[in-house]
Formats: sequence, C-alpha cells, structure tokens
Amino acid sequence: MRSRTLSRGLIALLLPALLATACVDEPGGGAGASGDEIKVGVLHSLSGTMAISEVTVRDAELLAVEEINAKGGVLGKKIVPVVEDGASDWPTFAEKAQKLISQDKVATVFGGWTSASRKAMLPVFERNKALLWYPVQYEGLESSPYIFYTGATTNQQIVPALDYLAAQGKKKMFLVGSDYVFPRTANKIIKAYAAAKGIEVLGEEYTPLGHTEYSTLVNKIADAKPDAVFNTLNGDSNVAFFKQLRGSGITPQTTPVVSVSVAEEEVKGIGPENVAGHLVAWNYYQTTTTPANDAFVKAFKAKYGADKVTSDPMEAGYNAVHLWAEAVKKAGTTEVEAVRKAAGGITIEAPEGPTTIDGDNQHVAKTARIGLVQADGQIKEVWSSPGPIKPDPYLKSYDWAGGLS
Amino acid sequence: MGALVNQLPIGLSIAAVLLLIALGLTFTFGQMGVINMAHGEFIMAGAYTAYLLQSSSLLGDTSQSFLIALPVAFAVAGVMGLLLEWSLVRRFYGRPLDTLLLTWGVSLVLQQLARDVFGAPNVQVTAPGWLVGGVDVLGVRLPYNRVFIVVLAVLCVVGVWLYLTRLPAGRRMRAVVQDRELAAYSGIATGRVDRFTFLLGSGLAGVAGVALTLVGPVGPSLGTFYIVDAFLVVVAGGLGQLRGAVLAAVALGFLNGYLEFWTDASLAKVLVFVAVIAFLQVRPQGMFVLKGRALV
Amino acid sequence: MTWGRISLVVCVVLLALAPFALSPFRLGLLAKYLCFAIVAVGIALAWGQGGMLTLGQGVFFGLGGYAMAMYLKLKEAGSAGLPDFMVWSGVEELPALWKPFGNPVFALAAVVLVPGLVAFLLGLLVFRQRVRGAYFAILSQALAAAFVILLVGQQGLTGGTNGMTNFSQFFGLDLTDPNGQRAVYAVTALVLGVTFLVAKLLVRSRFGRLLVAVRDGEDRVRFLGYDPAVVKAITFTVSAVMAGLAGALFVPVVGIISPALLGIVPSLELLVGVAVGGRFVLAGAIAGAIAVNYAKTLFSEDFAEGWLYLQGGLFVLVLVFAPKGLAGLVESARDRVAARRRPVEVLA
Repeated sequence: MRSRTLSRGLIALLLPALLATACVDEPGGGAGASGDEIKVGVLHSLSGTMAISEVTVRDAELLAVEEINAKGGVLGKKIVPVVEDGASDWPTFAEKAQKLISQDKVATVFGGWTSASRKAMLPVFERNKALLWYPVQYEGLESSPYIFYTGATTNQQIVPALDYLAAQGKKKMFLVGSDYVFPRTANKIIKAYAAAKGIEVLGEEYTPLGHTEYSTLVNKIADAKPDAVFNTLNGDSNVAFFKQLRGSGITPQTTPVVSVSVAEEEVKGIGPENVAGHLVAWNYYQTTTTPANDAFVKAFKAKYGADKVTSDPMEAGYNAVHLWAEAVKKAGTTEVEAVRKAAGGITIEAPEGPTTIDGDNQHVAKTARIGLVQADGQIKEVWSSPGPIKPDPYLKSYDWAGGLS
Repeated sequence: MGALVNQLPIGLSIAAVLLLIALGLTFTFGQMGVINMAHGEFIMAGAYTAYLLQSSSLLGDTSQSFLIALPVAFAVAGVMGLLLEWSLVRRFYGRPLDTLLLTWGVSLVLQQLARDVFGAPNVQVTAPGWLVGGVDVLGVRLPYNRVFIVVLAVLCVVGVWLYLTRLPAGRRMRAVVQDRELAAYSGIATGRVDRFTFLLGSGLAGVAGVALTLVGPVGPSLGTFYIVDAFLVVVAGGLGQLRGAVLAAVALGFLNGYLEFWTDASLAKVLVFVAVIAFLQVRPQGMFVLKGRALV
Repeated sequence: MTWGRISLVVCVVLLALAPFALSPFRLGLLAKYLCFAIVAVGIALAWGQGGMLTLGQGVFFGLGGYAMAMYLKLKEAGSAGLPDFMVWSGVEELPALWKPFGNPVFALAAVVLVPGLVAFLLGLLVFRQRVRGAYFAILSQALAAAFVILLVGQQGLTGGTNGMTNFSQFFGLDLTDPNGQRAVYAVTALVLGVTFLVAKLLVRSRFGRLLVAVRDGEDRVRFLGYDPAVVKAITFTVSAVMAGLAGALFVPVVGIISPALLGIVPSLELLVGVAVGGRFVLAGAIAGAIAVNYAKTLFSEDFAEGWLYLQGGLFVLVLVFAPKGLAGLVESARDRVAARRRPVEVLA
C-alpha cells in the first residue's frame, strides 16, 4: 500500500503552516500610546471591488495624520498609522479590526466604507471596548457607543435632498438602487416621506451589485415618466446606468436624477458628459468655498498629484482624524472611555465648514448641500442648509418617520 | 403597452451584447474544450485599448479613435490570446477542467495588472458624438449606441460565418472542431489551427470590449461582470456552434429583457440561471449537438 | 512506523498544542483555516476522486452557515425578540422559515441535511442527464451566482449583503471569552479529523474504487451495470455536507456569515488550496487549504496588492509544473529516492 503511506506522509505538509503560524505570533507591539508614538489603525479595502473608493479615503486619512504630526503630534507624541487591507470582504474587516486591536494595540481605528463592513466590525469594537471612526454617509438607525460616525446620517443627506426636490415642485419620483442595505433603508425613508408630503412614488427597483445592463430599467423609468429619479446605485453600476440613460431621451431638464453615492471620483469614471446636469446630495464638494477646504485640496493635490479630486467621504475621513486628535488633546490621554467623554461638543473648522461631534449619538453635525454636476466633472453647489444639521440617526425629530425605527 | 413594445429592441440589444461577449468563447471552448476564464479580461483589454487610443491625442477626435479602436483592440486582445495559448494552454490538452483553473489564475493576474497600470477607479471613454442620443421609430426608442452594438454583433457573426464557410482556414478550423484526430491525419496542422482559433476568439473579445465602453464601466473588474453570462450562452448554445451561440444569445437576451420588465433585475437573473439549468436537463449538450460516433 | 505515520502524529500533537501556544486572535485564524480545510476534503473527494469540478461549493458552505447563524441569532434574540437585522429591515414578525430554527436539534440537522439534500437532488438531476466536465463546472458556477443574488435580494429574511453578524454564544460557549474560542477551535479541529477519517474510509472502500472508475471511464462503469449518476450524486452529496459543516463552524469561529463568502470568486478560491496541495490526496488538500489561506493572511498584512498576483501565479505554476500539487511533487521525489535505493538493495 504505497499510496496509503504516501498520503499519510503528506500530512507533513501541514507542518510548515502550523509552525509558521506559531512563529508569527509575537506578543504584540506595546500599548497604543507607549514611548513617543501613538499607533492608530487605518482599515480600508485596498484590494477587491471596493478599493476603487476606499483607497482615496485612506489617502485623506494619512494626509491628516501627516498634518497633525507636522504640528508636533498629539500629547507630544507622533501618530503612527498601521494600514491594513479589508479586501472588500466583510469577514476580513472583522479579522483585521481584531488584529489592529489585540496585536498592534492601536489607540483607535479609522476605517470601513460599506454598511456591511461596519456591521461586521461593530461587534469586534464593542467587545474589545475599542474605538472606530467610520467616515461614510450611511443608512442611520445605529448608534454604537464605540463608533464615531463622521459621514452623514439620513437626516443630513437624504431628507434635505427630498426637501429640495419637494421645494422644486417634484411630485412623482422613481427609486433606483443597488440591492443592499443602504438603498433599501434609504428608500424606506423616502417612501415614508413621500406618503406624508403627497409625493407619488412611481416605482422602486433594485439591481444586483455590479449589474451593468440597465436598458430595461431605463425603459421602465421612461414609461413611468417621473419628475425625478432618486438614485442609490453603488459603484460601477452608476457608470452603466448613466451611460444607458443618456441614449434614452431622458434628460436632466425633464427628469433630473438625484444621486447620493456619486461624488467627484465617480463622476470621473462615469464620464462627466454622461452625468452633467444631474443632481447629487452630499455635505462637501471639492468646490466648497471655505479656507479649510482651500488648504485641504491644495495639500491633497500636493501629496497625491494634481489630477486627483477630493470628495465627501475623503473629507469625512480627513475630519475623523482631526476630530479624534482634538478629543485626545482634550482628554489628555488616548484611553478610549476618556476620549469618548471628551469628544462630545468638540468642533473643528473642517473643509465643509464647522463640524461638531454630538455627544449623545457620536455622529457629527454637518451642513447638507445639493450639487449640480458640471461638464468639467466638478460639482457646483446649488443649495445648502442654513447651518450644520444636528444628527438624528433614528429620525426621532421627524413626525412622518414615526414607523421607521 | 408602449413599454412592452419598447422591450423588443432592448431584448435584441441585450442579445447583441451577449453575442459579442460569447462569440469568441464558442470557438475556444468549442474547438479546444478550453474554458477560458480570462476571456473577460480580454474584453477588458479591448476596453482599455479604446481608452488608451482616446487619451493619446495622436488620433484626433473621439469618433476617429473609437473606430480605429475596433481593429486595434482585435489585434491587442488577439495577440494576448495567442500568447496565452502558446505559452500555457497548449500544455493542457485533454485536461479541460485544468484549463478553467489555469485561465482563472491568469485572469486574476491580468485584473491586478490593470489595477496597477490604470488604477483601481473606472476610466472614462467618451462616446463619439454620432453615437450619443437616439431616435424614435414608430414610438419605439432606439438609442444610437444600442443600434451600433446590434449592427456590430451582426457584422461579427457574418464575418465569422464567412470565414468558417468560405475560407480554407475556416474549413480547417471546422474540420478540427468536428474531428481533431481525423483532421490531423488529413494533414491539417492542428496546433497552428488552435493558435489561430485562440487569436480569433480573443480578438472578438477585444472588439466586444470596445463596444461595451458605450454602455458600461471601464475598470479592472470589467471582465468579471460579463464572464458568467458569456459562459451561459455558450453552454446553452452548444459547443463550437455558431448558430447555437446566436440562437442562445437571442433567447437569453429576450428572456432577460422581458423577465426583468415583469419582475426585477435580481429575480430576472436568477430565473435566467434556472432556465438554463432546466434547459440543459432537456438538452444536456446545448441546442445544437455535433453528430459524432464518439461516446464522450 | 512510517514517515507518514510520524507526521500524522506530529500534526495531531501540533493541532492539540495550538490553543496553548497561540494568542486567541491567531488561534481564531487557525480555526478559520481549518474550516476551509474541511471544505477542501470535500472538494478533493468530488474533484480529485470523482472528477467533478465543483465551482459552487460556496452554496453548500452558505446553506450550512446560514442554518447555524439563524439558530444562533434566534437564541440571542430570546423567545420574543427578532434578530437585529430584521428590526432594521422593517420585518415585524418572525418569518415562517425561521421558526423551526429556534430548535437546536432542528438547526443542527439542517446544517447537514439541507446542503446534502440540495446536492443530492441537483446531482441526480444533472448527472442523470450526463452533464459533466466543463458543463457541470459552469452550471455549478451559475448556481453560486444565482444563490448569492437570491440571498442578497431577501434582506428581511437573510440580512442581505450584510449577512448576519454579532454572535456571542455558541451552544453555551461564550464566544467573547478566550476559553470559549479555544473550545470552538477544538470542535473545529475535531470535525476536521472526523471528516478526514470519513473521507479516507470512503476512498478506500469499494465505493471509492467505483468512484475512481467512474471518473476514469464513466461509460465502462455503466456497461458493467452500475449507475454512475448515483455514484456521482452520492459523492457530491458527501462533499456538500462537508462544506455545510464547515460553513456552520465558520459562523462561531469568524462571527459572520454573508453572501460575500459564497459567490463565484470565494468558491473558486476554495479550489486554490486543493489544487496547490494536491487534489488526489486528501491530506495534501488539507495542507494546501491551510497553507494557502495562511499565505493570504500573511500577504494581506504586509503586501496587500500582491496577493492577487501570488494567488493567480501560484495557480498557474502549480497547474503547469505540478498538476498533482505539492503532494504529487512529494510522491515523485519519493519514487526517485526509492528507485535509487532499490538497485543498492539488489546488490546487497
């Protein structure tokens, strides 16, 4: 039975893997704030489908770290970023978060993009009582004590966009989204809003992530003749959607599309000529005129190249690092509970304007902005809220939203 | 009702896209039994060719560069396919399943290569002016870019058909598809025919890539969006059968168009998969089967 | 006492010592690799022994994983409550499909039976029609794609793209506690051991020989009076059950189950380890799965962008130069040693 002993012998192949696992298991590299360094984790997808978006946020966060270090760091210590790859894979996000916390012993983590990656990391941070700064607009209905949300929640992006459309006299809407949590929740909110304000929702369509065939959907929209389309498609699908919408005779003049996941970076990929004239809703554009933004755009282009654009999630990631640094300064320590306590009420002059952490739900007050996509790929602000809007992730202060959470 | 009629050209245009992406596969799969998972990346190569030609200012306006991109992309993707066949695939005769894994490995490398060379974000390919917009014919909306894709698909099919039936090289190819050993005994250099088949099949992928820049994203993951659909067409159509591929593409195109119209995009996709699986229960070898004596 | 037997003992000892030597974080990773190794055993059976290249093993992994996750979620939600994702998806009443999963016995049975049944029915259907080789591979791939779309679309029922996360308990074990994690690791290692033995017995049995015969000459087997479709369907079922078990263990080990784990690419990735280790040798497949997943972790920590090159390149290299995987290399090396030794023995 030669083959039998042979196959047994091959179990030996296990040996290297096991031994290597054991060898790598070094006992961690000291606490987050030891010596003259403070380690922070930066956890975004650097590979896979989400890399397209998340790499830019990582770049913005690293820029913020650099800026803080150039001014002497925090508490007299330099910030050292530990960058990890979430690989567009939710379990990997959880795994890497755990690694940053227990092995690198970082003081805090900046990271995530998709709702799924945040939901995957949430239990890790709550169990380890560690801090996550999440920099992307999201679907709300969440308020973890161990997460700071520096992107918009629904009442700072979707609700203002609806208010804007209603004010423009749009009475009939068509909802288009990728099939995942954010669009479904967003559309639930839109439908509640529409029901209360007498707006008619003519259709609600979802396509799988990565879908590229939109002719049927465009036909459905053309058939329904809405006043506006509310678009929550994600990533590559936007390119296909706008390219195929353009040939169909639906124009921004008759039927504007309001997108909440299309920023400067995405406009570049879609081709500005395909999306020019349509609307987007964010809290920040590269063209936003504040002194802090001039400095941010200039620094970003100096570091990463003149052809680079800045976008809302990048700015939110950039803010997150600065907000954390301010909270640490106020607390006088990087210890998580102290930072959490100190964070409430902290304000910075961010590129989008003054940005304040809400101590109750750990979101930030942000100014809502509606923008018009220009032929050159930039976005021009056409409306903004009078001031920063207080975050309300559960939409408790809106009477029409009673049944949502 | 208007929308229902409108779905007709849409079904046709989905069919045209399916046909363009699957046409090359029917040959590599049909003739050599090679399941080329890197086919999607050849489509991507075609799309990036269009991007490069457009962004290099040598070629004047966009409409010129777009038209020139069609033959150039054919050459670029074709040569890539040739290299793949010559360097790797030809070692794998009689191991069709291994070619699937092999070419998947190649496709991963090509995707990452594209990411490193062109960056992870999508790049912008501007459609030539005469392909922007559309026209209403009898109340049916025909976007120009869709019309173009349908015409291109028809041209490709006619071209391939002429090649297969009228040219000696095409006849040799058919001979190899039908009976490789007999063809070899009759003095056909099957190795050379194989290489040429790969060139042709991959080249068609490149052409498809240029056309897809009109309607879809151009990025490193472009290939992954189309590869499964392309294989479904080939499997449903039958090995190496031109008419099978055409018929399967048209059937799946209309099925997709109308199912999505009546339900939604997700459900339509699932139903199409189910339909193909069910169809293979009835005809396990696809629509058209080569008659042969071989048991396998 | 052969070389092989010694290494088997060493491996068992190493796996037994791991909980004491590794930090909980690394131990969790090892447990994850072991889950993939369980799938690998099933793939080696179906692909290596049976010649069925299954590109949809993620489906069965998912069926097992979701069955387990549903039970754990219900347990966590308590008798009256709804799982957290249903609350934010706007589901008000527990769907009928979920109700039986409150029962641990039902859930455990589902982990084994659901993937098994699906695989058996599908296998019988497909193999009866003599769909094989490349056709089967592509069909299984389409199945994985359809399954993911279906899961994602039913957000209220399955958690959509997010899947299910946040498990703190596993049959009385506290998953937040290092000791609980060690126990889960031990269970996983044990299941891997049992899986390996079962597969080993199956391969050595009469059935195993029949399976290899079907792989190498299906028609001849049919002429001999056997039904190859049944042989293949049974093997496919066994491999699906193994994937289901692995999925069920993955949930407490990693703490998440989501469609991102089950699609076309993850299903193909499951094959990489098997191909590298050697698909014809069960132990080789296990070793390959562990080694490849370990390499993935290592690379993504230090050299994220390079992983795809390595994974793709490794696949190509192995298929070109060592189609039987590392196991094949070891085999041929050993043959050479044996060949060199034999003449000496004759002389002596």
